[in-house]
Amino acid sequence: MVEIKNPENILEEIELSDLLKRALELKKDGLRFSQACAAYVNDKFELSYSFSNYETYQLHTLRVVVDVEQEVPSITEIVPAAVFYENEMKEVFGVKIKMISLDYENKLYRIRQEAPLGPKKEEN
Amino acid sequence: MAIMKFAPEALKNLFLKPVTTSYPAKPAEYPERSRGHIDIVIDECISCGMCVRVCPSSALSVDREKGTWTINRYDCIVCGFCAEKCPKKCLSVNPGYQTPGGEKLEAVYTKSPEVLAAEAAKRKEAAEKAAAAAKAKAEAAAKAKAEAEAQAAAAAAPKTE
Amino acid sequence: MGMRSVVPFGPQHPVLPEPIHLDLVIEDERIIEAIPSIGFIHRGLEGLVDKRDFNQMTYVVERTCGICSFQHGMGYCEAVEHIFGVDVPKKAKYLRTLWAELGRMHSHLLWLGLLADGFGFENLFYQCWRVREKVLDMQEMTSGGRLIFSVNKVGGVIKDIPQEQLNIILKTMDEVEEELKVIKNTFFEDYSVQSRLKGVGVLTKEQINALGAVGPFARASGVNVDMRLTGYGAYPDLEFAPIVSTAGDCYARCYIRTMELFQSIDLIRQVIGKMPSETDLFVPVKGNPDGEYFMRVEQPRGEAFYYVKANGKPNLQRMRVRTPTFANIPALCEMLKNTELADVGLLVLTIDPCISCTER
Repeated sequence: MVEIKNPENILEEIELSDLLKRALELKKDGLRFSQACAAYVNDKFELSYSFSNYETYQLHTLRVVVDVEQEVPSITEIVPAAVFYENEMKEVFGVKIKMISLDYENKLYRIRQEAPLGPKKEEN
Repeated sequence: MAIMKFAPEALKNLFLKPVTTSYPAKPAEYPERSRGHIDIVIDECISCGMCVRVCPSSALSVDREKGTWTINRYDCIVCGFCAEKCPKKCLSVNPGYQTPGGEKLEAVYTKSPEVLAAEAAKRKEAAEKAAAAAKAKAEAAAKAKAEAEAQAAAAAAPKTE
Repeated sequence: MGMRSVVPFGPQHPVLPEPIHLDLVIEDERIIEAIPSIGFIHRGLEGLVDKRDFNQMTYVVERTCGICSFQHGMGYCEAVEHIFGVDVPKKAKYLRTLWAELGRMHSHLLWLGLLADGFGFENLFYQCWRVREKVLDMQEMTSGGRLIFSVNKVGGVIKDIPQEQLNIILKTMDEVEEELKVIKNTFFEDYSVQSRLKGVGVLTKEQINALGAVGPFARASGVNVDMRLTGYGAYPDLEFAPIVSTAGDCYARCYIRTMELFQSIDLIRQVIGKMPSETDLFVPVKGNPDGEYFMRVEQPRGEAFYYVKANGKPNLQRMRVRTPTFANIPALCEMLKNTELADVGLLVLTIDPCISCTER
């Protein structure tokens, strides 16, 4: 039988100001950046940054809840692999992420509509 | 000698029968479970519209009055969800793919006249029943109202005296 | 110091069936930097959650990708089942595992064929695809679709595989194994194959760690990461060990995928041997999901990520699919640095790019 490693996923809710600090700590612990995604829930953005452990396969997710207008610092300086994820959040949801190391300026997916999954714009 | 590792295999291929078949001359064989297209036994259909609601690609439409079931074969992704959800199990997924065509046509299936007539009669009967029930209800309500008014009048009457 | 110039690569390129564009900054023939851009076939499948309920999404998710179709549906269903907290019947788990491994085999055979075509060995290319056709026939026989299975549902599977078909699968696996042994020898020992693959595009374990690469691409550099070890499906009952190489070059990636083919054959035999006799294929699921879950499955290309968030309504609030290629592209750009321009096509191919599922 193969040895199964299936620890519980950790979901850690943190403040926006702690994001860079915690990301750096997790990276120093040797975790691999797994994914980042946004969700638009109750007029706020929920950003999830998942890191997974190579040895134990544990998934450690950092959850940040920000307002629509709030600016979010990019973690690409710490985790270079996050470039595409942050560009995706910015383009598809309209999350205001600043200082992405390789910013596609909303041209990653070449969508005609601006922020299709983000807050609904009032039609005039 | 590692250089010509694949040479014997390549040479062998010269004398083997081709793996491919001469397709249009010899028609392709589909296995029994092949999901080719959706078929309907239209006379068993009760026009409930369940298939229309569950279809992920909105390829179906049902008209209860006319007794038709319409499928846009070019939108259909043959996932089989409608066949799974159909309460009468009159939908089935069968082998055989949609042939290419020049224009996008919708396949319309209409129930046979006998079934349609039977359904219309049933609907009429149901409508009559409903009308009768509504009438009875209205009468009862009117009666109750009249009684209530009479009671109210009766209750109010002593005060004026 | 040579002259610098920028050479565009893609979105249409003979070695790649799918559109990815790379701006290659080159100095003479050497690549200094590669800037990727995607987005030629973005379809907005994640946005469909507003319009389709969670049962219909099973079929939408499956159509994310034509090659790892089954595992997409499986990952999504497992995520929703975790939210519901239902326990899927054992038989459904085994059937899912069987189909998943068939899917892995056909994906790896497709990739091996494309790789052979990429370095100009056309005979090998069609030998690989000839073997792949047998696997596709098995898929069509059991599920009804050559590539898109549509057998998953939230709570289990729809179709059962009868014993006669299991026997046919076993027989075909024997044939496929014999044919693969010939192909394996060619890939591992042929002079022309080795001269194109060995020592090209080396990535170290540290680089893989930093860039978050997954799947056979990471395992070729000595990173032992295989999501099957997290024990979804029937994998806890099976005997296998992830195949890891330490060389980190194109040859190692080819080695990993070829050996995984044999591993898949072995896993399919184990699954069929241990197939439970119970007849329950699914558990009925009532109501709507409420909660969120992160699910990871090991696809042919690596770790795929499903995030499902629901709030008790038929339509999910958010469904996110992160496909393995999305995670591998940063590592690809790192790998391209300091390689020859002539190798770019081959190097892009070795991460097994699937751009359609990357963009969803």
